[in-house]
Amino acid sequence: MTAIAVPITIDRPRHSAFGWAVRDALTVTWRNLVAMRRTPQVLVFSTIQPIIFVLMFRYVFGGAIRIAGVDHYVDYLMPGVFAQTVVFGSIQTGVALAEDLQKGLIERFRSLPMARSAVLAGRTLADLVRNVFVVGLMIGVGFLVGWRIHTNLAGLIGGIALMLLFAHALSWVFALVGMSASNAEAAQAASFPIMAPLVFASTAFVAAAAMPGPLRWFANHQPVSIVIDGVRSLTYGGPFSDPGKVVAAILWSLAIIAVAAPLAVRMYRRKV
Amino acid sequence: MTNAITVEGLQKRFGSVVALHGIDFAVPTGTVLGLLGPNGAGKTTAVRVLTTILYPDGGHAEVLGIDVTRDPQAVRERLGLAGQYAAVDENLTGYENLRMVGHLSHLSKRVVVERARELLERFDLSDAADRPVRTYSGGMRRRLDLAAALVHQPPVLFLDEPTTGLDPSGRQDLWAVIEGLVREGTTLLLTTQYLEEADRLADNIVVIDHGNVIAEGTSAELKARLGATIVEVGFGDPATAQRAQTELARIGLCDVGSAATVVELKADDSARVVIDVVRSLDRAELEPMTLTVREPTLDDVFLTLTGHKAEDGVDDTLSQGSGRGRTRGAA
Repeated sequence: MTAIAVPITIDRPRHSAFGWAVRDALTVTWRNLVAMRRTPQVLVFSTIQPIIFVLMFRYVFGGAIRIAGVDHYVDYLMPGVFAQTVVFGSIQTGVALAEDLQKGLIERFRSLPMARSAVLAGRTLADLVRNVFVVGLMIGVGFLVGWRIHTNLAGLIGGIALMLLFAHALSWVFALVGMSASNAEAAQAASFPIMAPLVFASTAFVAAAAMPGPLRWFANHQPVSIVIDGVRSLTYGGPFSDPGKVVAAILWSLAIIAVAAPLAVRMYRRKV
Repeated sequence: MTNAITVEGLQKRFGSVVALHGIDFAVPTGTVLGLLGPNGAGKTTAVRVLTTILYPDGGHAEVLGIDVTRDPQAVRERLGLAGQYAAVDENLTGYENLRMVGHLSHLSKRVVVERARELLERFDLSDAADRPVRTYSGGMRRRLDLAAALVHQPPVLFLDEPTTGLDPSGRQDLWAVIEGLVREGTTLLLTTQYLEEADRLADNIVVIDHGNVIAEGTSAELKARLGATIVEVGFGDPATAQRAQTELARIGLCDVGSAATVVELKADDSARVVIDVVRSLDRAELEPMTLTVREPTLDDVFLTLTGHKAEDGVDDTLSQGSGRGRTRGAA
């Protein structure tokens, strides 16, 4: 057998491995953003639900909910709604990946000389862009229903940044779920039971003080609550001012990324 | 002659299921190999190992002299893959799909634009270039999928069941395109469960079943294994056909065909065997309704080699291993 390596007939520009990894990730991000723009119904549905929650909690339940030290419930509510929005939105990361797997696109990507990290990095980056859009929209909705910042602009920007960081971390978790699922529906179905308790058994809509013992402990210490409390500290301040929660929320997010991202890339390498 | 693809003792397991039992084959540069077998035979698994998507459990595979496990990146730069599911993004346009694959193949911007336009033109997709792929027909998607595999001008091309699910005219179109590529010197490995497809496109055929190579050769060689002629004798009812089979089995290899009323006899010498058939039927007082003499098809080859028809892979009794080569379904 005297097989020889045939030279490649087509010219390729030279970049470092890292340079290619960044370019490949951006190419995949671009692809995902174009797809989002062409399927606006996904974006519409992922914003309608949180808007309904805002209206429901603001006008239906809000009047009955009393939280110690809070004059206007909507000011307490909005950080919780942001968290709910990005948490449920991050499920979409897994659903979209499962869909790409199902349709054989990942198989094509794996046969290309592109960086192994690009599919996941491109997916989570595109979802970050989507979250910026959705959170921006929710801020607008919040202002329309009477939400006011008690701190300052820096607090608002910090709160948004914290929310987006946490959303990005969750995207990596749901990337794992998406790659373990056999199809998009299964990814969706597997994600909801993970997220629902984290969103509702939290300080998102009511204070944990009203919950029974073990649930109260869970609601006070789980990451979604910590992130919400961090955002409240930054946007409400006053009785909710707690810089420790902001730091804890950042650490939680970074820790989730540090664990989930390498695991997801490893799983991608092995997955067919 | 050098080999563009070399496979030696290649093994792959999925859990307790063995998808490839250690297969060997080689594809000389510039030729077409047809990997033929029913669903679950291991064809797709073999392609996935060769295209660096799966890591083998044993054996050795080289593409253009490069070990697929040792330098997968170099292999990826030199191969094109088009699969049975038309792996193109529905939400992107045809042009955008090719541009994306071009960028991810690390070509320069200028080359990407040139190649994308050129391939859309060549595959008759120019008019649809700026429409999202979800508006494309099945045949258009397959052509775009094939175009995507060719963006970086790969010297070796893998096509996994390229025409499965296409209508006859779509199939004819794609065959013509593939023949054009082969004329330009591309080495092609093609998997198919359509014997007609292997017959038309492949220089050499490797028949695999349950993860083993069970035969290989040119289409003519495989047919010659069966003898030159097949005599088909049709009867009015299955019982008569059964009796006729017992009689005719004395003359040569003899089966009841897919229709229970037809007996198929394989032989080397057509003129002689027809006389023998008529005589022995007459002696046994069996009256045929039809009598046909024909050349063997690859379907006959498969039936003889494996005991089941090529497209019967989904038959319950014959396909315990079925579906294993397709890990997507199982994953």
